[in-house]
Amino acid sequence: MEISRHWRLKRQRYALIGEVCPHCQKKIFPPRDICPECSEDARTLYQFSGRGEVYSYTTVYQAPSGYEANAPYTVALVKLVEGPMLTAQLTDLGDEPIEVGMPVEMVTRKLRSDGERGMLVYGYKFRPRLIEASE
Amino acid sequence: MRPVVVAGVGMIPFERRDEDSLVDMLAMAGWNAMEDAQLGDRSIDAVYVGNMASGLFNHQESVASALVDRLGLMPAAAERIENGPASGGSAVKNGFLGVASGFYDIVLVVGGEKMREVIGPKATDVVACMTHPQAEYIYGVTLPALAGMFTRLYMEKYGVTHEHLAMVAIKNQENGLLNPYAHIQMKITMEGILTHPQAHINSPIVADPLRLYDCCPVSDGAAAILITTEEIAQKLKRPIVTIAGVGQATDTHTLQERSDPTDLRAVRISSQQAFKMAGLKPKDIHVAELHDAFTILEIAESEHVGFFSKGKGAKALADGETRIDGKLPINPSGGLKARGHPVGATGVAQIVELVWQLRGEAGERQVKDASNGFSLNFGGFGNNVLAFVLRREA
Repeated sequence: MEISRHWRLKRQRYALIGEVCPHCQKKIFPPRDICPECSEDARTLYQFSGRGEVYSYTTVYQAPSGYEANAPYTVALVKLVEGPMLTAQLTDLGDEPIEVGMPVEMVTRKLRSDGERGMLVYGYKFRPRLIEASE
Repeated sequence: MRPVVVAGVGMIPFERRDEDSLVDMLAMAGWNAMEDAQLGDRSIDAVYVGNMASGLFNHQESVASALVDRLGLMPAAAERIENGPASGGSAVKNGFLGVASGFYDIVLVVGGEKMREVIGPKATDVVACMTHPQAEYIYGVTLPALAGMFTRLYMEKYGVTHEHLAMVAIKNQENGLLNPYAHIQMKITMEGILTHPQAHINSPIVADPLRLYDCCPVSDGAAAILITTEEIAQKLKRPIVTIAGVGQATDTHTLQERSDPTDLRAVRISSQQAFKMAGLKPKDIHVAELHDAFTILEIAESEHVGFFSKGKGAKALADGETRIDGKLPINPSGGLKARGHPVGATGVAQIVELVWQLRGEAGERQVKDASNGFSLNFGGFGNNVLAFVLRREA
C-alpha cells in the first residue's frame, strides 16, 4: 500500500509547514533538511501563512490518469509572501479571470480519489484571497 | 582522453509500432548501426541502453541484458541508463567515456522507448513521474503544464507570440516530410492550427498557452550509434565523425525553485562545456538538433545555447534563419515535434541525424556544407541537460 507515502507528508500538505535555515534564514518549502541556499543543515520547522500571489499559471485540459475527473484544472506557480514559490492548483475561481499577480490564499481540498476502495488524498490548493489580510 | 568516433548509426522509423516489443525495436536499431559500421569480425565490448521507463510502460526491466542476448553480443558488458527524456544523451555520454578513457574500444549505444503500449493519459502520467512527487506531481502537474507556465513567462518577458510558436511546429513538420524516419508526416499551416476561427478544433489547448501542435507526439522508436577509437574507425572506411564536445549540467528538480524560471541554466552551462571541449563557438555550428518537446523550447534553447542572443530567437525563426536553407538550420530531422519523442531514443536519434548530415547522407533534408553539428537533449524540465558537438574530420 502507498498510504505511508501520503501520511508522512501530512504536515506540509495540511498545514504548509516547511523549514527555515538557522544559518542563513532562508525559508524552505517543501522541507528538505539541507538548505538549498547555503547547503547547511536546516531542520527548524516553519509554518507559512498560506498567502501569496500567482506568478504563472496554466489550465490543463489533457490530464494524466488519476486526474481526468478534475480536468480542466488550473495549476499555478504561487509566490508565497514569505518568499518561496510553490506549485499548486487554483480553486474557487468562479468567473474571475486568472491574472499573474492575483492575490491567493491556501485552502485544504481533495486532490484525488483513487476509486471506491482507494485513498482520498487531501492537500493544499489556492483560491483568490477573500479578505486582504493586514501584514 | 582518446578521440571518439561515431562509426555507425542506425534507426527505425518512429511511429506507433504495435507489432514490435521494446527489445525488438532496440535490436533493430542496434543491428542497423552495426551494419552501417561494417565491423567485420570485431566484437563489441559494451552496450549502453538509454531508456526512461520500461518498467512502467512495458512491465520489463533490465532491458540492456535482454538486448545483448537478443543481438548475440555476449559476453559484452551491458547497462541501462536512465535520465528521463535525456536518457539517450546520457547513454551516449557513458559510451563516450568508455571509449575515451581507453577502457573499451567498441561500444554500442541504443536509445529506445515504447510508449504506445499504454493509453494516452497513462503515458502522460508515466512521463509526469519525473516531476517532484511532493511538490509537483500530486497537484496534477504534467510536463505540458510545466511547459505551459514556462511559455507564459517567456512570451511575456521576450515578446514571443502564438504565431512564433506555430512557426516552430510548421517548420519542423515541413522538415519531417523529408525524413522517412519521422512519426508525423503532415504539412500544417498557420491558418489550420492557429488563425482560422475553427483552428482550435485541429489544435485544441493541452495546457494553455500550449496547444496540441505545440507538443511533440507520443511515439515508439529506437536509435543507435556505434562508437570506437580513431584507429579502428580508419580501418572501417566510413567517413570519420568525432564526438568533439560533451557537456552535462543539472538544475533544481522543480521549476518553482529557480530564481528566474525563464533561465535555462543547465542548457547554458552544458552547451558552454561542449563548445569549450570542442574548441568551437556557437557561430561555428552548421546544423543543430534541439529538444523541441514543446515549441517554446526550440526558441528558448536556441538562445540559451548561444546561437542567438536572449529574446532574438523568435525573430531568427521568423526570418527563416533556422530553416534547412537558412543560416543555421535547426531540427532538419523534424525535431521531436515531427520525428517524435520516444523519450529514451531522442538523445541518440539526434546524434544519428547529425552524423547523417555531417556525412552528407541526409537525402532531401541535407544541409549544405555541414561539418560541425550540435545537439541538445533536455531532461526533466531542464533539470538535467546534455549537449554534444560533432565534427566531420577532413
